[in-house]
Amino acid sequence: MSKLSLLSLLGLVISRDLTLAMRRRADVLTTLIFFVLVVSLFPLAVGTEMDMLRKMAPGVVWVAALLASMLSLGRMFSADYLDGTLEQMLLVPQSLSMLVLGKIVAHWMLSGLPLVLIAPVLGLQFDMSGEALLVLVVALLIGTPVLSMIGAFGAALTLGLRGGGVLVSLLVLPLCIPVLIFGAGAVTAVTSGVSPASNLSLLGAFLLMSLLFTPWVSAQALRISME
Amino acid sequence: MLEVSDLACARGEHQLFANLSFALSAGELLQVQGENGSGKTTLLRTLCGFIQPLAGEIRWQGQNIRELDEEYRADLIYLGHLNAIKDELNALENLRISCALSGSAVSDSAAISALRRMGLRGRETFPVKVLSQGQRRRVALARLLISKAPLWILDEPLTALDVGAVGLMQDLIAEHLNNQGMVIFTTHQALDVSGVETRRLALS
Repeated sequence: MSKLSLLSLLGLVISRDLTLAMRRRADVLTTLIFFVLVVSLFPLAVGTEMDMLRKMAPGVVWVAALLASMLSLGRMFSADYLDGTLEQMLLVPQSLSMLVLGKIVAHWMLSGLPLVLIAPVLGLQFDMSGEALLVLVVALLIGTPVLSMIGAFGAALTLGLRGGGVLVSLLVLPLCIPVLIFGAGAVTAVTSGVSPASNLSLLGAFLLMSLLFTPWVSAQALRISME
Repeated sequence: MLEVSDLACARGEHQLFANLSFALSAGELLQVQGENGSGKTTLLRTLCGFIQPLAGEIRWQGQNIRELDEEYRADLIYLGHLNAIKDELNALENLRISCALSGSAVSDSAAISALRRMGLRGRETFPVKVLSQGQRRRVALARLLISKAPLWILDEPLTALDVGAVGLMQDLIAEHLNNQGMVIFTTHQALDVSGVETRRLALS
């Protein structure tokens, strides 16, 4: 029996999830609009004191990104679980970890990447400098995939549970704190004249670590949830 | 050949069956019978490897399925209660994706002819959500026509099917058994495959 190579399995899962999302665009837009709204609420509520806005900008953007990525976690596996396609995916004669990685990549492209792209526009509301905006985008680019990967683990573990949506946030949010600290720290560093390199390197290390472990761990969690 | 020895399964605290042993060779058809809640679906899902049995062993071609893992899954096709098709995609896309995932890449023409044989002529590019329950089931069953896996595990394959489609399923199963395939299924409807003796396994 012919088998797919691992890369074509990855490509197949990504293109499948992207096609499905394109047929259901509202879901993708919800995350993005939530992010834009939450970030925009702060200047309105806090007032127009430029110094304060500049100081809180990285934290606000990162917290909003974290919350927005929580919002879409429930969809990562639950739709496939409910219509039985996830069951068939567990029977794929291939590495389940690779398949899960494909789903994570697709999830990031739909919920993480749009946030990265829109972040500089939102940063302008906080009067961030060009340099700070650049570091913010780079930090989000490295950090948001980690959020998707840690989220995948939480989503797999809480699959099929009642109230799983809240539970997954409670499980995942504490694990995301390091990403939040170093992501926001990178931008704070550059605005106070220090090199953001150490913060970004640590974020990169988190990315590599989670790339190595989370697909496998999530695959095991899926097997347990499907029993 | 599929061999099951001394299998025991439980759901929660409740033991469904124990000391279950049987063997299935090429060309054989096995119907699992039992009342609602007697563990038919649990047995089939255990055979697929979703559920870890409490005790006992399942061997495929002489080796434990836990050890074979991916090789076993390549030889298996499972159809559960759920159709495993996406509402947003059309019948053709659904069939192509599910076949590609299970490792048998399929051309458009082969997929279309499989769907037509399942009685879905003219519905190939309709979004699945506008199809009826029976037609969705037919889309799910079309995978059986493409797959070359020798072992079919079918959980209530006849749900929502009309008389014509049930006849078609009987033909499909007969063809598969002629090609040295194996079929394990559950059903509450009558399914008579001509020329083959249906072995029965009763769960109580």
